[in-house]
Amino acid sequence: MSGDQRLVEVFVELADTLVDDFDVVDLLQVLTERCVELVDTDAAGLMLDDQRGTLQVVASTSESARLLELFELQRDEGPCLECFRTGQVIANIDLTEAGSRWPRFAEAARGVGFAVSHAVPLRLRQQVIGALNLFTVEQRRLSDEHLAVARGLADIATIGLLHERAIRDQVVLSEQLQAALHSRILIEQAKGVLSARAATSVDEAFRLMRTHARRTGRPLTAVADAVVAGTLGAGELSDGRPAPSRQRR
Amino acid sequence: MASRRVTRILAAVVAGAAGGEALPEVLVRACVRSLPVTGAGMALMSPAGPAGTVTATDAAAQQLEELQFTLGEGPCIDASRTGRPVLQPDLARTAPQRWPAFADGAARAGLRAVFAFPLRVGGIQLGVLDLHRDVPGVLSSREFADALAFADAATVLLLHAQALQAGARLPPDLTAAVEDRAEVHQATGVVSVQAGVGLAVALVMLRARAYADHRPIAELARDVLRGRVHLGQDDGA
Repeated sequence: MSGDQRLVEVFVELADTLVDDFDVVDLLQVLTERCVELVDTDAAGLMLDDQRGTLQVVASTSESARLLELFELQRDEGPCLECFRTGQVIANIDLTEAGSRWPRFAEAARGVGFAVSHAVPLRLRQQVIGALNLFTVEQRRLSDEHLAVARGLADIATIGLLHERAIRDQVVLSEQLQAALHSRILIEQAKGVLSARAATSVDEAFRLMRTHARRTGRPLTAVADAVVAGTLGAGELSDGRPAPSRQRR
Repeated sequence: MASRRVTRILAAVVAGAAGGEALPEVLVRACVRSLPVTGAGMALMSPAGPAGTVTATDAAAQQLEELQFTLGEGPCIDASRTGRPVLQPDLARTAPQRWPAFADGAARAGLRAVFAFPLRVGGIQLGVLDLHRDVPGVLSSREFADALAFADAATVLLLHAQALQAGARLPPDLTAAVEDRAEVHQATGVVSVQAGVGLAVALVMLRARAYADHRPIAELARDVLRGRVHLGQDDGA
């Protein structure tokens, strides 16, 4: 079987893990194991943001990998942490030369027999939700293809996790989305209402609403709501600056 | 929501967006590849109606959303309102009775069959996934099931976008869709003052005028904002 076919199989396997009662830990365990299999490494460990700002070690292929991940968290240094903080892939770290960057981590990793390490973020655009650490016993660099596979697997894990969160929080999220949509539309409508009442431009109406919101500490949506309802008049919104007359082009 | 089919679609969408493309865009393209349709689009819907086009694979899919936004009627609006798919395998035969104004524009845009799937969580309307064909024809039950899975995946993408956004603000990916309609919402506010009516009626008045004048509602909105067009009480709906 070609490498590509096997990769597609693994993608499908990971996707299939994401069924109704899917377990995040199961998914991530499969991910780390397939990573070691497909990416030409010897061990893998994975950390996840617990959504309260703390990283947790959630999966690993060996006890030494798990201990190294915990060590990183305890000592607050290492490639996985840096990868999580920056969202960037850190590939081909020669652990014999990483003493100045991560002195304690490099020593501990060499101590359990690893020569090379890599870290890949679990990220979707700007949001980083975790990081995957890979270890190799031999002094051997990862090819670009292997690195791409590792990133692909990390992407699948990311969508799985976000999918799970979206399902778990779907009512809250959908209410937020609907409220945000309503608020955007309401603010535009209020700009129009105020510009017509105060005979001013839409931009000036928006400036008046923003200034009023800031001065009174009310959310802009509440100000827009009051403008549309007519309970907040053009007079109260005026900030003493002369209103420029409505421009007609 | 988390059926195997849905997660496979999501996995493929994420893999297909490796170049940094917006996920909804990749999803609608995948729809067109997997289903016997000519084009597909995704739009935001609020209880007040269409709220913006998130993405569309072709001009006809764009037109499908624009028409419904201008007219306030059509299959996507009905799908969102009722929470059920609206299947129109032969628009020319069925649309004139159901949506007279829409039928006309749809025919001119080359839309021959439309399948609209609501994107909802419980009773909360979020949007709609629409598929269209340039020839009449039904979806098989297998294709229908696939389209439903695509709609579920599209709902998850909307929720993802919101999950990535801190607090109750609109995600950047979806903001552009609403920005496109900003002038129409502003003009709705202006007309509500000019005509002394509520916002809903003001929007109906704008729509009626745009339809009567055979012009896009966005263009009319710009004229209202510039003071070139005035919709008063006598235009009342």
